[in-house]
Amino acid sequence: MISESALDRLQALFAAPDLSGTRYQLVSVLGRGGMAVVYLARDTTLDRDVALKVLDWTVDESSASRLAQEARILARLEHPGIVPVHDFGQLADGRLFYAMKRVRGERLDRWAAGRDVYERLNAFLRVCDAVAFAHAHGVIHRDLKPENVMVGEFGEVLVLDWGIARVDGQSERRGTLVGTPDYMAPEQLQADGAVDGRADVFSLGVLLAGLGDSRKALRAIAAKAAAADPAARYASVTALGADVARFMAGLAVDALPESLSDRVVRFARRHRVAIALVLTYLAVRLLLLSAFRI
Amino acid sequence: MPGFPLTRHSVVSSLGSEQSGVRRAAFDALATAYWKPVFKYVRLKWSATPDEAADLTQAFFLRAYEKNYFASFDPARARFRTFLRTCLDRFVANVRQESRRLKRGGAVEFVPFDFASAEHELQRQQTGDAVQELDAFFHREWLRSLFALAADRLRTQCAANGRALRFTIFERYDLAADESAQPTYAALARDLNLSITDVTNELAAARRDFRRLVIAVLREQCATDEEFEAEARALGPAHDL
Repeated sequence: MISESALDRLQALFAAPDLSGTRYQLVSVLGRGGMAVVYLARDTTLDRDVALKVLDWTVDESSASRLAQEARILARLEHPGIVPVHDFGQLADGRLFYAMKRVRGERLDRWAAGRDVYERLNAFLRVCDAVAFAHAHGVIHRDLKPENVMVGEFGEVLVLDWGIARVDGQSERRGTLVGTPDYMAPEQLQADGAVDGRADVFSLGVLLAGLGDSRKALRAIAAKAAAADPAARYASVTALGADVARFMAGLAVDALPESLSDRVVRFARRHRVAIALVLTYLAVRLLLLSAFRI
Repeated sequence: MPGFPLTRHSVVSSLGSEQSGVRRAAFDALATAYWKPVFKYVRLKWSATPDEAADLTQAFFLRAYEKNYFASFDPARARFRTFLRTCLDRFVANVRQESRRLKRGGAVEFVPFDFASAEHELQRQQTGDAVQELDAFFHREWLRSLFALAADRLRTQCAANGRALRFTIFERYDLAADESAQPTYAALARDLNLSITDVTNELAAARRDFRRLVIAVLREQCATDEEFEAEARALGPAHDL
């Protein structure tokens, strides 16, 4: 018979992580994912808040190695748009954990509501910068979506949750379906799941469609990025970001071949001040000319 | 126990097996996990006397086996635990309505149910508050049964691996009946002729093994990954922090 007291004691073995012997003190639960819980904790040595990602009891070996890989990936990717990892280890209760910067802010879609489109596109370009940096280091995120992008209180943009990121050259168990269906590239759904950086280009295309407005060029960029055929997409996240930047500067975009009238309208928009000045000058000249004739 | 070891992910999913041996082994595994919560629940919810609750428990499992009650379980609709309790309530209500005497046992014998010990446990438990919330009570009894099964497996595993001392430390420290019966690390070290570090290391290792075994038993009792994850989250206290 397990007594009431023993039952409470045994239940406690499955409760909050045992942080004895570490520099952290638990404060609260920040969120729960598929294989881990993220806690807000206090780093008592440096006297600052951190986020502790602690693996669940229930996970198998492959999830444990995935958490270790996630921590290593974050350690490798030192970039202002990627959450820095501070520590990795095993708790006294046997669970793996890593400590990372505690990010204060809002997820991208909530932050974007009611903001100007150029402000939203600037944030999008920051996401592209972070993802392009990861790609340059051989890491594909594979789960880019609004929930995994946080905009901080000072406008900083951080890409989170690299839990299912894949490092170039590393094999993966066949049949492992990872990602979020709405944002997932079609090739990620296939049995062998072999993907490259263009899978992230696809997810960013879906993300952009949610952030942009109805302008033709912007829709064309999002459509090209989220094309079903990887070969029809931008070859890289850098190329996608460059096209968005061109749009923001009022230049022609690669995604949309322009007709003559499109080109004239875009030229007129881009140079509207200069055109207005020239037209004003011409109008004044005409006025003066006709006045002297009288 | 028939010689059909269960190797499938879940015993619940084996309940509908066409092979009678597999089905029987799955049923025995579930009866082992659930008979005590069922007995105590019938005693409290249905205000049954100990003898009547014992009869009803035995008859419930017998009927469930004969009529293949559990094969109709649909994991998309409820947890197995909730489904079982619904079947049980319906069964007891019907029996009461028919007001007929139940036959004990019948032709099929399951794993032995030690009702006297279950009744003894029930008497020792302070159930006054728990009775008010039968859901919570059934959950706690199920948890107690789950932990007891895992502790049994841990004992067997430690003995087989020549680590009986590890289980002894776990039993004396974590399974102590109450705080007054729980020894200090120093007292355990003195009694077992170990250093305090050895005691804490062995205890940590036993807890790791215990958690792993609880997860394994739980996996067997859940029909789907979703149910397993939900049940696993409910292993700890309701409020973590």
